[in-house]
Amino acid sequence: MALGTGCTARPGNSRNNKTGSWRVFRPAFINERCTSCGMCRIVCPEGCIGENEEGLPVPDYDYCKGCGLCAEECPSEAIEMKKEEK
Amino acid sequence: MLEITEGSLAVADAVGKCRPQVIAAYPITPQTHIVEALADMVANCTIDAEYITVESEFSALSACLGASAAGSRVYSATTSQGLALMFEVCFNCAGMRLPVVMTIANRALGAPLSIWNDQQDSISLRDSGWLQFYAEDNQEATDLHYLAYRVSEDHNILLPSFVCFDGFILSHTYEPVDILTQEEADRYLPRFTPFQRLDAEDPISFGLFAAPDYYMEFRYEIDQAAKKALSVFPKAGREFAELFGRDYSGLVESYRMEDADCALVAMGSLCGTVKDAIDELRDAGNKVGLLKIRTFRPFPADEVKKALSGVSRVAVLDKNISLGSKGAVALEVRDALYGSQIPVHDYIIGLGGRDVRKKDIARVVSLAGEGKGDLYYGLREEVLK
Repeated sequence: MALGTGCTARPGNSRNNKTGSWRVFRPAFINERCTSCGMCRIVCPEGCIGENEEGLPVPDYDYCKGCGLCAEECPSEAIEMKKEEK
Repeated sequence: MLEITEGSLAVADAVGKCRPQVIAAYPITPQTHIVEALADMVANCTIDAEYITVESEFSALSACLGASAAGSRVYSATTSQGLALMFEVCFNCAGMRLPVVMTIANRALGAPLSIWNDQQDSISLRDSGWLQFYAEDNQEATDLHYLAYRVSEDHNILLPSFVCFDGFILSHTYEPVDILTQEEADRYLPRFTPFQRLDAEDPISFGLFAAPDYYMEFRYEIDQAAKKALSVFPKAGREFAELFGRDYSGLVESYRMEDADCALVAMGSLCGTVKDAIDELRDAGNKVGLLKIRTFRPFPADEVKKALSGVSRVAVLDKNISLGSKGAVALEVRDALYGSQIPVHDYIIGLGGRDVRKKDIARVVSLAGEGKGDLYYGLREEVLK
């Protein structure tokens, strides 16, 4: 099982448990409007937004739960929450 | 060595000799004498334990949970409202598979407020995953603590245990108890070897989140572990008997059940009174016997079925009531006998410290003979109007 006797786990266990499947809304990043301010990376509670060489945000959808904080806080309105299609 | 001592003090002595490393408890009548005596032992350095004083029972068991996860043998004691306050932590101890041992000096639950004995408190935690052992007298209450640690700490079990003994009736009664020496206790109960523990050098998290795809499997594992105690407890009992002569290997115990027509079923100190009543009833020609339940969790359904297979009727004495249903012991006994034609009559008796005398037992036997059961025994007539 994913957890041991007594519901135990070793550190780093969240790498194995991908939480992206919880998502209902997916943040779509609109690079044309992005100013690379980095706000989305700072506010992401999962720490799952990285950046590429051009400084543009790169989300890790394996862990993004779709909370929408990044879209709410983005000063350039460069992130839109779209219904997840599965 | 035989000593005339108070039940609580005998229990405290045994607990001390189990060498707990951490004790956390909050005093509550009628459990108080146990934890007072242990606090004395810690203060006087007669035992080498950390005594954590806490502001509530919730904290007491939480401290025990943490200390047990850190790899210590731990102990607590409580009763009634105190146990009710521990409810959440009880489930967590079992789920995290921590072998905490706790004495319950059985007492009624409020409201109405009552400090007197019945078994509603521990019975109300029957679904928590804690093993539950019930003592008939102070010798058994004392000895069951050694067994409880052995069974709980077995790596095939890893579940916490209640050792239940009736508040006041046993906890405050002086009677002769054979007290083990520390050397004898050590021979039976080895040092605690944790299955796993919190360790900064080798980190691990306990009691994590399980999503719907795993939660049921954990409940299944706890249930399986509890059921394994049906074989581990008798083994621990046999080993105790080999060393000290007192035999607790039975999950149930029969008294004068050979050729019995009517079987009484009871748990705890009531069994002593029932045995005396049975002797008198037998002298008068009544074929009556007692089946004493020692382990209520896990429930020994097979042993109960086997022991009751030859009787014409069963009368269960329940010092608890699952309100809106029946007495908890009767429900289990009926389930064990499902498919047989043996009638099981339930008698709610002795709640909130009401005395149960030999003549009450005799009356129950005659009620069962008339087929009158599933009633509160000895109710005041005014409530029946």
